[in-house]
Amino acid sequence: MNLILRPVAAEFNKILTTRMWWILALVLFGYIALLAGGLSALFGGVESGAISPDSMNTGGGGDLSGLGSLPPLIYSFAASVGYVFPVLLGALATTGEFRHQTLTPTFLATPKRGGVLGAKTIALFVVGAGLGLVGLAASVGVGALVLGGFGVDPLLADGETWALIGRTVLAMALWAVIGVGLGTLVPSQVASIVIVLAFTQFVEPLLRFAAAFTEVTADIGKFLPGAASDALVGASFFTLASPGGGVLEPWQGGLVLLAYGLAATVGGYFISWKRDVT
Amino acid sequence: MPIGAVIEFTNITKKFGQVTAVNDLSFTVEPGRVTGFLGPNGAGKTTTLRMLLGLVAATSGTATFGGLRYRDLPRPLQTVGAALEAASFHPGRTAANHLGVYAIAAGLPRTRVAEVLHTVGLAEHANQRVGGYSLGMRQRLGLAYSLLGDPGVLVLDEPINGLDPEGIKWIRGFLSSMAAEGRTVLVSSHLLSEVQQSVDDVIIIAKGSLVHSGPLSSLDTNIAPQVIVDSPTRDALGKALTDAGLAFTSGRTGLIVAVPDPGQVGHIAFTAGVELNALHRQKAGLEDSFLALVEGGDSL
Repeated sequence: MNLILRPVAAEFNKILTTRMWWILALVLFGYIALLAGGLSALFGGVESGAISPDSMNTGGGGDLSGLGSLPPLIYSFAASVGYVFPVLLGALATTGEFRHQTLTPTFLATPKRGGVLGAKTIALFVVGAGLGLVGLAASVGVGALVLGGFGVDPLLADGETWALIGRTVLAMALWAVIGVGLGTLVPSQVASIVIVLAFTQFVEPLLRFAAAFTEVTADIGKFLPGAASDALVGASFFTLASPGGGVLEPWQGGLVLLAYGLAATVGGYFISWKRDVT
Repeated sequence: MPIGAVIEFTNITKKFGQVTAVNDLSFTVEPGRVTGFLGPNGAGKTTTLRMLLGLVAATSGTATFGGLRYRDLPRPLQTVGAALEAASFHPGRTAANHLGVYAIAAGLPRTRVAEVLHTVGLAEHANQRVGGYSLGMRQRLGLAYSLLGDPGVLVLDEPINGLDPEGIKWIRGFLSSMAAEGRTVLVSSHLLSEVQQSVDDVIIIAKGSLVHSGPLSSLDTNIAPQVIVDSPTRDALGKALTDAGLAFTSGRTGLIVAVPDPGQVGHIAFTAGVELNALHRQKAGLEDSFLALVEGGDSL
Protein backbone atom coordinates (compact mmCIF):
# COMPACT_ATOMS: atom_id res chain seq x y z
CA MET A 1 0.00 0.00 0.00
CA ASN A 2 1.27 3.43 -0.78
CA LEU A 3 0.92 6.82 0.84
CA ILE A 4 -2.44 7.55 -0.81
CA LEU A 5 -4.10 4.21 -0.17
CA ARG A 6 -3.08 3.88 3.47
CA PRO A 7 -5.07 6.87 4.77
CA VAL A 8 -8.04 5.75 2.67
CA ALA A 9 -7.83 2.25 4.17
CA ALA A 10 -7.56 3.79 7.64
CA GLU A 11 -10.67 5.90 7.03
CA PHE A 12 -12.59 2.81 5.89
CA ASN A 13 -11.45 1.05 9.00
CA LYS A 14 -12.65 3.94 11.15
CA ILE A 15 -16.15 3.70 9.71
CA LEU A 16 -16.36 -0.07 9.91
CA THR A 17 -15.08 -0.37 13.50
CA THR A 18 -17.93 1.63 15.02
CA ARG A 19 -21.58 0.73 14.98
CA MET A 20 -22.99 3.77 13.25
CA TRP A 21 -22.73 2.48 9.67
CA TRP A 22 -24.80 -0.63 10.17
CA ILE A 23 -27.31 1.07 12.42
CA LEU A 24 -27.92 3.67 9.71
CA ALA A 25 -27.96 0.96 7.02
CA LEU A 26 -30.52 -1.03 9.00
CA VAL A 27 -32.81 1.94 9.60
CA LEU A 28 -32.42 3.01 5.97
CA PHE A 29 -33.40 -0.46 4.79
CA GLY A 30 -36.41 -0.68 7.09
CA TYR A 31 -37.63 2.81 6.28
CA ILE A 32 -37.33 2.46 2.51
CA ALA A 33 -38.70 -1.09 2.50
CA LEU A 34 -41.77 0.11 4.35
CA LEU A 35 -42.30 3.08 2.06
CA ALA A 36 -41.59 1.23 -1.18
CA GLY A 37 -43.61 -1.79 -0.11
CA GLY A 38 -46.55 0.25 1.09
CA LEU A 39 -46.78 2.54 -1.92
CA SER A 40 -46.16 -0.31 -4.34
CA ALA A 41 -49.09 -2.11 -2.76
CA LEU A 42 -51.24 0.99 -2.94
CA PHE A 43 -50.48 2.05 -6.51
CA GLY A 44 -49.98 -1.47 -7.72
CA GLY A 45 -53.35 -2.29 -6.30
CA VAL A 46 -54.95 0.67 -8.05
CA GLU A 47 -53.23 0.04 -11.33
CA SER A 48 -54.11 -3.63 -11.34
CA GLY A 49 -57.64 -2.85 -10.29
CA ALA A 50 -57.32 -4.71 -7.04
CA ILE A 51 -58.09 -1.43 -5.29
CA SER A 52 -60.90 0.66 -6.71
CA PRO A 53 -59.61 4.06 -7.85
CA ASP A 54 -62.79 5.61 -6.49
CA SER A 55 -61.83 4.63 -3.01
CA MET A 56 -58.78 6.88 -3.27
CA ASN A 57 -59.04 10.51 -2.43
CA THR A 58 -56.35 11.71 -4.80
CA GLY A 59 -58.31 14.17 -6.86
CA GLY A 60 -56.54 12.66 -9.80
CA GLY A 61 -58.84 9.69 -9.49
CA GLY A 62 -58.02 6.79 -11.72
CA ASP A 63 -55.47 8.84 -13.55
CA LEU A 64 -52.68 7.13 -11.72
CA SER A 65 -52.05 4.83 -14.61
CA GLY A 66 -51.08 8.01 -16.40
CA LEU A 67 -47.92 8.03 -14.34
CA GLY A 68 -46.78 5.59 -16.91
CA SER A 69 -43.75 4.26 -15.15
CA LEU A 70 -44.61 3.56 -11.58
CA PRO A 71 -41.61 1.32 -10.81
CA PRO A 72 -38.92 4.02 -11.29
CA LEU A 73 -40.79 6.27 -8.88
CA ILE A 74 -40.89 3.54 -6.26
CA TYR A 75 -37.25 2.64 -6.86
CA SER A 76 -36.13 6.26 -6.56
CA PHE A 77 -37.16 6.28 -2.89
CA ALA A 78 -33.73 4.87 -2.12
CA ALA A 79 -32.25 8.29 -2.87
CA SER A 80 -35.15 10.75 -2.82
CA VAL A 81 -36.08 9.70 0.70
CA GLY A 82 -32.99 7.81 1.81
CA TYR A 83 -30.41 10.50 1.02
CA VAL A 84 -30.49 11.79 4.58
CA PHE A 85 -28.67 8.61 5.72
CA PRO A 86 -25.42 9.02 3.80
CA VAL A 87 -25.36 12.72 4.72
CA LEU A 88 -25.72 11.78 8.36
CA LEU A 89 -23.02 9.13 8.14
CA GLY A 90 -20.62 11.55 6.45
CA ALA A 91 -21.34 14.29 8.97
CA LEU A 92 -21.04 11.91 11.93
CA ALA A 93 -17.78 10.43 10.65
CA THR A 94 -16.30 13.90 10.39
CA THR A 95 -17.72 15.63 13.46
CA GLY A 96 -16.89 12.54 15.53
CA GLU A 97 -13.22 13.26 14.91
CA PHE A 98 -13.65 16.67 16.52
CA ARG A 99 -15.95 15.46 19.26
CA HIS A 100 -13.78 12.54 20.36
CA GLN A 101 -10.54 14.38 19.64
CA THR A 102 -9.42 11.60 17.35
CA LEU A 103 -7.98 14.24 15.04
CA THR A 104 -4.92 14.13 17.30
CA PRO A 105 -3.95 10.48 16.63
CA THR A 106 -5.13 10.85 13.05
CA PHE A 107 -2.90 13.81 12.27
CA LEU A 108 -0.01 12.25 14.16
CA ALA A 109 -0.24 9.17 11.95
CA THR A 110 -0.83 11.22 8.78
CA PRO A 111 0.44 14.79 9.22
CA LYS A 112 -0.69 15.79 5.72
CA ARG A 113 -4.13 16.99 6.68
CA GLY A 114 -5.41 17.60 3.19
CA GLY A 115 -4.60 13.99 2.41
CA VAL A 116 -6.61 12.83 5.42
CA LEU A 117 -9.63 14.85 4.34
CA GLY A 118 -9.29 13.53 0.80
CA ALA A 119 -9.05 9.99 2.14
CA LYS A 120 -12.14 10.51 4.26
CA THR A 121 -14.01 11.87 1.25
CA ILE A 122 -13.09 8.84 -0.84
CA ALA A 123 -13.99 6.41 1.94
CA LEU A 124 -17.36 8.05 2.56
CA PHE A 125 -18.04 8.17 -1.19
CA VAL A 126 -17.67 4.41 -1.31
CA VAL A 127 -19.59 3.76 1.91
CA GLY A 128 -22.30 6.16 0.67
CA ALA A 129 -22.52 4.08 -2.49
CA GLY A 130 -22.89 1.06 -0.22
CA LEU A 131 -25.79 2.76 1.56
CA GLY A 132 -27.20 3.40 -1.91
CA LEU A 133 -27.14 -0.33 -2.56
CA VAL A 134 -28.85 -0.97 0.78
CA GLY A 135 -31.53 1.59 -0.06
CA LEU A 136 -31.99 0.03 -3.49
CA ALA A 137 -32.20 -3.44 -2.00
CA ALA A 138 -35.17 -2.08 -0.09
CA SER A 139 -36.81 0.05 -2.79
CA VAL A 140 -36.18 -2.25 -5.76
CA GLY A 141 -36.16 -5.51 -3.84
CA VAL A 142 -39.35 -4.96 -1.90
CA GLY A 143 -40.95 -2.64 -4.48
CA ALA A 144 -40.50 -5.01 -7.42
CA LEU A 145 -41.73 -7.93 -5.36
CA VAL A 146 -44.93 -6.16 -4.35
CA LEU A 147 -45.53 -4.66 -7.81
CA GLY A 148 -45.01 -8.06 -9.36
CA GLY A 149 -47.44 -9.48 -6.86
CA PHE A 150 -50.10 -7.13 -8.21
CA GLY A 151 -49.28 -8.04 -11.74
CA VAL A 152 -47.56 -4.76 -12.53
CA ASP A 153 -44.40 -5.10 -14.61
CA PRO A 154 -41.51 -4.16 -12.30
CA LEU A 155 -39.48 -3.21 -15.41
CA LEU A 156 -36.46 -5.11 -14.18
CA ALA A 157 -35.61 -6.11 -17.73
CA ASP A 158 -35.59 -2.47 -18.73
CA GLY A 159 -32.14 -0.96 -19.23
CA GLU A 160 -33.42 2.42 -18.03
CA THR A 161 -34.31 0.86 -14.66
CA TRP A 162 -30.74 -0.28 -14.22
CA ALA A 163 -29.41 3.09 -15.30
CA LEU A 164 -31.60 4.64 -12.61
CA ILE A 165 -30.21 2.18 -10.09
CA GLY A 166 -26.67 3.17 -11.07
CA ARG A 167 -27.46 6.88 -10.82
CA THR A 168 -29.06 6.30 -7.41
CA VAL A 169 -25.86 4.70 -6.14
CA LEU A 170 -23.90 7.70 -7.42
CA ALA A 171 -26.32 10.15 -5.78
CA MET A 172 -26.05 8.42 -2.42
CA ALA A 173 -22.25 8.39 -2.68
CA LEU A 174 -22.25 12.13 -3.41
CA TRP A 175 -24.55 12.78 -0.47
CA ALA A 176 -22.05 11.12 1.85
CA VAL A 177 -19.39 13.47 0.47
CA ILE A 178 -21.68 16.41 1.19
CA GLY A 179 -21.97 15.04 4.73
CA VAL A 180 -18.18 15.14 5.09
CA GLY A 181 -18.17 18.71 3.86
CA LEU A 182 -20.91 19.71 6.24
CA GLY A 183 -19.05 18.07 9.12
CA THR A 184 -15.98 20.17 8.42
CA LEU A 185 -18.04 23.33 8.01
CA VAL A 186 -19.95 22.68 11.24
CA PRO A 187 -17.67 20.57 13.47
CA SER A 188 -20.17 20.54 16.32
CA GLN A 189 -21.81 17.15 16.05
CA VAL A 190 -25.14 18.18 17.52
CA ALA A 191 -25.35 21.27 15.34
CA SER A 192 -24.45 19.21 12.29
CA ILE A 193 -27.15 16.62 12.95
CA VAL A 194 -29.74 19.32 13.57
CA ILE A 195 -28.80 21.03 10.31
CA VAL A 196 -28.99 17.77 8.34
CA LEU A 197 -32.39 16.86 9.73
CA ALA A 198 -33.87 20.35 9.59
CA PHE A 199 -32.60 21.04 6.10
CA THR A 200 -33.43 17.72 4.47
CA GLN A 201 -36.74 17.11 6.17
CA PHE A 202 -38.12 20.60 6.42
CA VAL A 203 -36.28 23.57 4.97
CA GLU A 204 -35.41 22.22 1.56
CA PRO A 205 -38.77 20.59 0.79
CA LEU A 206 -40.42 23.91 1.68
CA LEU A 207 -37.97 25.89 -0.45
CA ARG A 208 -38.47 23.57 -3.40
CA PHE A 209 -42.21 23.79 -3.01
CA ALA A 210 -42.16 27.58 -2.75
CA ALA A 211 -39.67 27.95 -5.59
CA ALA A 212 -41.98 26.09 -7.95
CA PHE A 213 -44.51 28.93 -7.88
CA THR A 214 -42.73 31.32 -10.22
CA GLU A 215 -40.51 30.63 -13.16
CA VAL A 216 -37.59 32.67 -11.86
CA THR A 217 -37.47 30.96 -8.49
CA ALA A 218 -38.00 27.60 -10.13
CA ASP A 219 -34.86 28.18 -12.13
CA ILE A 220 -33.01 28.75 -8.89
CA GLY A 221 -34.83 26.01 -7.02
CA LYS A 222 -33.66 23.31 -9.39
CA PHE A 223 -30.13 23.92 -8.12
CA LEU A 224 -31.07 23.07 -4.55
CA PRO A 225 -29.18 19.92 -3.53
CA GLY A 226 -32.29 17.79 -3.13
CA ALA A 227 -33.60 18.90 -6.53
CA ALA A 228 -30.21 18.23 -8.11
CA SER A 229 -30.19 14.79 -6.53
CA ASP A 230 -33.65 13.98 -7.87
CA ALA A 231 -32.51 15.21 -11.28
CA LEU A 232 -29.50 12.92 -11.13
CA VAL A 233 -31.60 9.92 -10.17
CA GLY A 234 -34.10 10.90 -12.86
CA ALA A 235 -37.34 10.19 -11.07
CA SER A 236 -38.92 11.31 -7.86
CA PHE A 237 -42.28 11.85 -6.28
CA PHE A 238 -41.21 15.32 -5.39
CA THR A 239 -40.65 16.42 -8.98
CA LEU A 240 -43.96 14.85 -9.82
CA ALA A 241 -45.68 16.73 -7.04
CA SER A 242 -44.38 20.10 -8.18
CA PRO A 243 -44.84 20.25 -11.91
CA GLY A 244 -43.79 23.36 -13.73
CA GLY A 245 -40.51 23.50 -11.87
CA GLY A 246 -37.58 23.12 -14.18
CA VAL A 247 -35.55 19.98 -13.76
CA LEU A 248 -31.89 19.56 -14.56
CA GLU A 249 -30.54 16.82 -16.73
CA PRO A 250 -29.21 13.87 -14.72
CA TRP A 251 -25.59 14.69 -15.52
CA GLN A 252 -26.17 18.32 -14.54
CA GLY A 253 -27.78 17.21 -11.30
CA GLY A 254 -24.75 15.02 -10.60
CA LEU A 255 -22.36 17.89 -11.21
CA VAL A 256 -24.37 20.23 -9.00
CA LEU A 257 -24.34 17.65 -6.21
CA LEU A 258 -20.63 17.10 -6.62
CA ALA A 259 -20.07 20.86 -6.55
CA TYR A 260 -21.94 21.11 -3.24
CA GLY A 261 -19.82 18.32 -1.77
CA LEU A 262 -16.52 19.74 -2.95
CA ALA A 263 -17.35 23.34 -2.05
CA ALA A 264 -18.37 22.33 1.47
CA THR A 265 -15.31 20.14 1.95
CA VAL A 266 -12.83 22.69 0.64
CA GLY A 267 -14.51 25.43 2.68
CA GLY A 268 -14.49 23.19 5.74
CA TYR A 269 -10.82 22.43 5.23
CA PHE A 270 -10.02 26.09 5.77
CA ILE A 271 -12.65 26.70 8.44
CA SER A 272 -11.90 23.80 10.76
CA TRP A 273 -9.66 21.09 9.34
CA LYS A 274 -6.37 22.99 9.11
CA ARG A 275 -6.92 24.81 12.39
CA ASP A 276 -4.95 24.12 15.56
CA VAL A 277 -5.89 20.84 17.23
CA THR A 278 -5.96 21.62 20.93
CA MET B 1 17.01 -0.73 17.94
CA PRO B 2 15.53 2.65 17.07
CA ILE B 3 17.90 5.53 17.57
CA GLY B 4 16.56 8.64 19.23
CA ALA B 5 16.75 11.95 17.44
CA VAL B 6 17.57 15.26 19.09
CA ILE B 7 14.49 17.40 19.64
CA GLU B 8 15.25 21.03 19.09
CA PHE B 9 13.05 23.99 19.88
CA THR B 10 14.24 27.24 18.36
CA ASN B 11 12.61 30.50 19.46
CA ILE B 12 9.20 28.92 19.33
CA THR B 13 6.33 31.27 20.15
CA LYS B 14 2.58 30.86 20.18
CA LYS B 15 0.12 33.68 20.51
CA PHE B 16 -3.60 33.16 20.87
CA GLY B 17 -4.90 36.58 19.92
CA GLN B 18 -3.31 38.98 22.38
CA VAL B 19 -2.28 36.24 24.78
CA THR B 20 1.22 34.84 24.46
CA ALA B 21 0.94 31.21 25.54
CA VAL B 22 4.51 30.26 24.68
CA ASN B 23 7.18 32.89 24.51
CA ASP B 24 10.39 32.42 22.56
CA LEU B 25 11.30 28.99 23.91
CA SER B 26 14.61 27.48 22.89
CA PHE B 27 15.97 24.22 24.24
CA THR B 28 17.14 20.82 23.13
CA VAL B 29 16.23 17.35 24.30
CA GLU B 30 18.93 14.71 24.01
CA PRO B 31 18.57 11.04 23.19
CA GLY B 32 19.45 8.43 25.80
CA ARG B 33 18.02 10.50 28.63
CA VAL B 34 14.64 11.08 30.17
CA THR B 35 13.85 14.78 30.07
CA GLY B 36 11.16 16.20 32.30
CA PHE B 37 9.26 19.12 30.82
CA LEU B 38 7.89 20.85 33.85
CA GLY B 39 5.76 23.79 34.74
CA PRO B 40 2.52 24.58 36.51
CA ASN B 41 -0.79 24.02 34.79
CA GLY B 42 -1.29 26.70 32.17
CA ALA B 43 2.42 27.31 31.73
CA GLY B 44 2.22 26.35 28.06
CA LYS B 45 3.55 22.77 28.20
CA THR B 46 0.79 21.18 26.17
CA THR B 47 0.79 23.99 23.60
CA THR B 48 4.56 23.59 23.22
CA LEU B 49 4.27 19.83 22.72
CA ARG B 50 1.42 20.27 20.23
CA MET B 51 3.55 22.71 18.25
CA LEU B 52 6.35 20.16 18.27
CA LEU B 53 3.94 17.60 16.81
CA GLY B 54 2.50 19.93 14.19
CA LEU B 55 -0.97 19.91 15.76
CA VAL B 56 -0.78 23.58 16.65
CA ALA B 57 0.86 26.03 14.29
CA ALA B 58 3.65 28.07 15.86
CA THR B 59 3.31 31.82 15.54
CA SER B 60 7.06 31.89 15.00
CA GLY B 61 10.06 29.67 15.56
CA THR B 62 10.54 25.99 14.84
CA ALA B 63 10.55 22.64 16.59
CA THR B 64 12.32 19.75 14.91
CA PHE B 65 13.32 16.10 15.30
CA GLY B 66 16.85 15.65 14.05
CA GLY B 67 16.33 18.78 11.95
CA LEU B 68 12.98 17.79 10.46
CA ARG B 69 9.62 19.25 11.36
CA TYR B 70 7.04 16.66 12.36
CA ARG B 71 5.03 17.01 9.20
CA ASP B 72 8.15 16.49 7.10
CA LEU B 73 9.02 13.19 8.77
CA PRO B 74 8.81 10.47 6.13
CA ARG B 75 7.49 7.92 8.64
CA PRO B 76 6.09 9.91 11.56
CA LEU B 77 4.77 7.13 13.81
CA GLN B 78 7.95 5.11 13.28
CA THR B 79 10.03 8.13 14.30
CA VAL B 80 8.06 9.81 17.06
CA GLY B 81 5.53 8.32 19.44
CA ALA B 82 3.29 10.76 21.25
CA ALA B 83 0.68 10.44 23.94
CA LEU B 84 -1.11 13.69 24.68
CA GLU B 85 -3.18 14.55 27.67
CA ALA B 86 -6.55 14.58 25.97
CA ALA B 87 -8.30 11.23 25.80
CA SER B 88 -8.49 10.85 22.05
CA PHE B 89 -10.65 7.80 21.54
CA HIS B 90 -13.96 6.99 19.97
CA PRO B 91 -15.79 5.37 22.89
CA GLY B 92 -17.50 2.85 20.65
CA ARG B 93 -14.30 1.45 19.19
CA THR B 94 -12.36 -1.33 20.88
CA ALA B 95 -8.79 -0.70 21.96
CA ALA B 96 -7.45 -3.08 19.33
CA ASN B 97 -9.52 -1.47 16.58
CA HIS B 98 -8.52 2.01 17.76
CA LEU B 99 -4.86 1.13 17.38
CA GLY B 100 -5.60 -0.85 14.22
CA VAL B 101 -6.87 2.27 12.44
CA TYR B 102 -3.59 4.09 13.00
CA ALA B 103 -1.47 1.04 12.30
CA ILE B 104 -3.09 0.97 8.86
CA ALA B 105 -2.56 4.71 8.39
CA ALA B 106 1.12 4.38 9.28
CA GLY B 107 1.65 1.20 7.28
CA LEU B 108 2.48 -0.86 10.35
CA PRO B 109 1.75 -4.57 10.60
CA ARG B 110 -1.41 -5.42 12.54
CA THR B 111 0.70 -7.60 14.86
CA ARG B 112 2.07 -4.41 16.43
CA VAL B 113 -1.36 -3.76 17.95
CA ALA B 114 -1.32 -6.87 20.13
CA GLU B 115 2.34 -6.27 20.96
CA VAL B 116 1.88 -2.74 22.28
CA LEU B 117 -1.32 -3.64 24.13
CA HIS B 118 0.66 -6.39 25.82
CA THR B 119 3.48 -3.97 26.64
CA VAL B 120 1.16 -1.57 28.45
CA GLY B 121 -0.75 -4.35 30.18
CA LEU B 122 -4.02 -4.07 28.27
CA ALA B 123 -3.86 -7.38 26.42
CA GLU B 124 -6.93 -8.78 28.14
CA HIS B 125 -8.94 -5.64 27.47
CA ALA B 126 -7.99 -5.43 23.80
CA ASN B 127 -11.47 -6.20 22.53
CA GLN B 128 -13.32 -4.06 25.01
CA ARG B 129 -14.83 -0.76 23.89
CA VAL B 130 -12.78 2.17 25.10
CA GLY B 131 -15.92 3.87 26.44
CA GLY B 132 -15.79 1.44 29.36
CA TYR B 133 -12.14 2.12 30.15
CA SER B 134 -11.00 3.75 33.39
CA LEU B 135 -8.79 6.83 33.28
CA GLY B 136 -5.74 4.70 34.03
CA MET B 137 -6.57 2.30 31.19
CA ARG B 138 -7.03 5.21 28.80
CA GLN B 139 -3.61 6.52 29.80
CA ARG B 140 -2.14 3.11 29.03
CA LEU B 141 -3.93 2.99 25.70
CA GLY B 142 -2.56 6.44 24.86
CA LEU B 143 0.88 5.11 25.69
CA ALA B 144 0.25 2.03 23.56
CA TYR B 145 -0.54 4.34 20.64
CA SER B 146 2.76 6.14 21.12
CA LEU B 147 4.64 2.83 21.00
CA LEU B 148 2.89 1.55 17.87
CA GLY B 149 5.69 2.45 15.49
CA ASP B 150 8.50 1.48 17.89
CA PRO B 151 9.77 5.06 17.62
CA GLY B 152 13.13 6.44 18.67
CA VAL B 153 11.49 9.48 20.23
CA LEU B 154 8.74 9.47 22.85
CA VAL B 155 6.77 12.60 23.68
CA LEU B 156 4.40 12.05 26.58
CA ASP B 157 2.14 14.71 28.05
CA GLU B 158 1.33 14.05 31.71
CA PRO B 159 1.58 10.27 31.30
CA ILE B 160 1.36 9.66 35.04
CA ASN B 161 -1.97 11.43 35.54
CA GLY B 162 -4.64 8.97 36.55
CA LEU B 163 -2.34 5.98 36.95
CA ASP B 164 -2.59 3.85 40.08
CA PRO B 165 0.55 3.48 42.25
CA GLU B 166 1.45 0.24 40.52
CA GLY B 167 1.09 1.94 37.14
CA ILE B 168 3.24 4.87 38.28
CA LYS B 169 5.98 2.52 39.39
CA TRP B 170 5.74 0.66 36.10
CA ILE B 171 5.92 3.75 33.92
CA ARG B 172 8.93 5.10 35.78
CA GLY B 173 10.84 1.94 35.06
CA PHE B 174 9.52 1.94 31.54
CA LEU B 175 10.70 5.48 30.78
CA SER B 176 14.15 4.76 32.13
CA SER B 177 14.46 1.58 30.08
CA MET B 178 13.36 3.41 26.92
CA ALA B 179 16.06 6.04 27.49
CA ALA B 180 18.61 3.34 28.29
CA GLU B 181 17.93 1.88 24.84
CA GLY B 182 19.06 5.18 23.34
CA ARG B 183 15.66 6.71 22.73
CA THR B 184 14.78 10.34 23.33
CA VAL B 185 12.15 10.59 26.06
CA LEU B 186 10.37 13.87 26.76
CA VAL B 187 7.80 13.74 29.57
CA SER B 188 5.75 16.64 30.77
CA SER B 189 4.34 17.05 34.25
CA HIS B 190 3.11 19.81 36.49
CA LEU B 191 4.60 18.04 39.50
CA LEU B 192 8.32 17.53 39.76
CA SER B 193 7.82 14.92 42.49
CA GLU B 194 5.88 12.81 39.99
CA VAL B 195 8.83 12.45 37.66
CA GLN B 196 11.91 13.27 39.69
CA GLN B 197 12.69 9.60 40.24
CA SER B 198 12.93 8.93 36.54
CA VAL B 199 14.16 12.10 34.84
CA ASP B 200 17.77 12.89 34.05
CA ASP B 201 17.25 16.40 32.74
CA VAL B 202 14.67 19.03 33.48
CA ILE B 203 13.26 21.85 31.41
CA ILE B 204 11.11 24.18 33.45
CA ILE B 205 8.77 26.75 32.02
CA ALA B 206 6.46 29.25 33.67
CA LYS B 207 4.01 31.58 31.97
CA GLY B 208 5.23 30.40 28.59
CA SER B 209 8.89 31.19 29.16
CA LEU B 210 11.87 29.03 29.96
CA VAL B 211 13.02 29.46 33.55
CA HIS B 212 15.48 26.63 33.90
CA SER B 213 17.07 23.83 31.95
CA GLY B 214 19.77 21.38 32.89
CA PRO B 215 20.36 18.10 34.67
CA LEU B 216 18.06 17.28 37.57
CA SER B 217 20.95 17.82 40.00
CA SER B 218 21.20 21.44 38.89
CA LEU B 219 18.00 22.10 40.80
CA ASP B 220 19.71 21.03 43.99
CA THR B 221 21.79 24.14 44.44
CA ASN B 222 19.14 26.64 43.67
CA ILE B 223 17.97 27.20 47.21
CA ALA B 224 20.37 27.59 50.11
CA PRO B 225 19.99 24.92 52.76
CA GLN B 226 18.80 25.82 56.22
CA VAL B 227 19.41 24.69 59.75
CA ILE B 228 16.57 23.67 62.01
CA VAL B 229 17.29 24.00 65.67
CA ASP B 230 15.11 23.56 68.74
CA SER B 231 15.49 23.86 72.44
CA PRO B 232 13.33 23.29 75.55
CA THR B 233 13.88 27.00 76.10
CA ARG B 234 13.15 28.45 72.69
CA ASP B 235 13.19 32.05 73.89
CA ALA B 236 16.72 31.71 75.22
CA LEU B 237 17.79 30.06 71.98
CA GLY B 238 16.21 32.87 69.99
CA LYS B 239 18.02 35.45 72.05
CA ALA B 240 21.35 33.67 71.60
CA LEU B 241 20.85 33.58 67.83
CA THR B 242 19.88 37.24 67.70
CA ASP B 243 22.89 38.16 69.83
CA ALA B 244 25.08 36.23 67.41
CA GLY B 245 23.58 38.25 64.57
CA LEU B 246 21.66 35.40 62.88
CA ALA B 247 18.18 35.90 61.54
CA PHE B 248 15.67 33.11 62.07
CA THR B 249 12.03 32.28 61.70
CA SER B 250 9.89 30.16 63.98
CA GLY B 251 8.75 26.90 62.52
CA ARG B 252 6.60 24.08 63.82
CA THR B 253 9.56 21.90 64.66
CA GLY B 254 11.91 24.62 65.82
CA LEU B 255 13.69 27.74 64.68
CA ILE B 256 14.76 27.93 61.08
CA VAL B 257 18.11 29.60 60.63
CA ALA B 258 19.23 30.62 57.18
CA VAL B 259 22.79 29.33 57.42
CA PRO B 260 24.17 26.19 55.82
CA ASP B 261 26.25 24.92 58.75
CA PRO B 262 24.60 23.24 61.78
CA GLY B 263 27.92 23.42 63.62
CA GLN B 264 27.79 27.20 63.65
CA VAL B 265 24.34 27.18 65.24
CA GLY B 266 25.36 24.47 67.75
CA HIS B 267 28.38 26.49 68.76
CA ILE B 268 26.27 29.59 69.40
CA ALA B 269 23.88 27.59 71.58
CA PHE B 270 26.73 25.95 73.42
CA THR B 271 28.51 29.21 74.25
CA ALA B 272 25.17 30.73 75.34
CA GLY B 273 24.52 27.72 77.57
CA VAL B 274 21.25 26.84 75.83
CA GLU B 275 20.22 23.21 75.85
CA LEU B 276 19.30 21.81 72.43
CA ASN B 277 16.97 18.96 71.64
CA ALA B 278 17.16 19.22 67.87
CA LEU B 279 19.77 20.39 65.45
CA HIS B 280 19.91 19.41 61.82
CA ARG B 281 20.49 20.66 58.36
CA GLN B 282 17.51 20.75 56.10
CA LYS B 283 18.12 20.71 52.44
CA ALA B 284 15.33 22.36 50.57
CA GLY B 285 13.64 19.70 48.46
CA LEU B 286 13.85 19.70 44.72
CA GLU B 287 10.15 20.45 44.76
CA ASP B 288 10.80 23.65 46.76
CA SER B 289 13.44 24.59 44.29
CA PHE B 290 11.05 23.91 41.45
CA LEU B 291 8.27 25.92 43.05
CA ALA B 292 10.61 28.83 43.69
CA LEU B 293 11.56 28.77 40.02
CA VAL B 294 8.05 28.69 38.62
CA GLU B 295 6.69 31.20 41.07
CA GLY B 296 9.59 33.59 40.84
CA GLY B 297 9.61 33.26 37.09
CA ASP B 298 13.17 34.60 37.02
CA SER B 299 15.82 32.83 35.07
CA LEU B 300 18.70 31.56 37.14
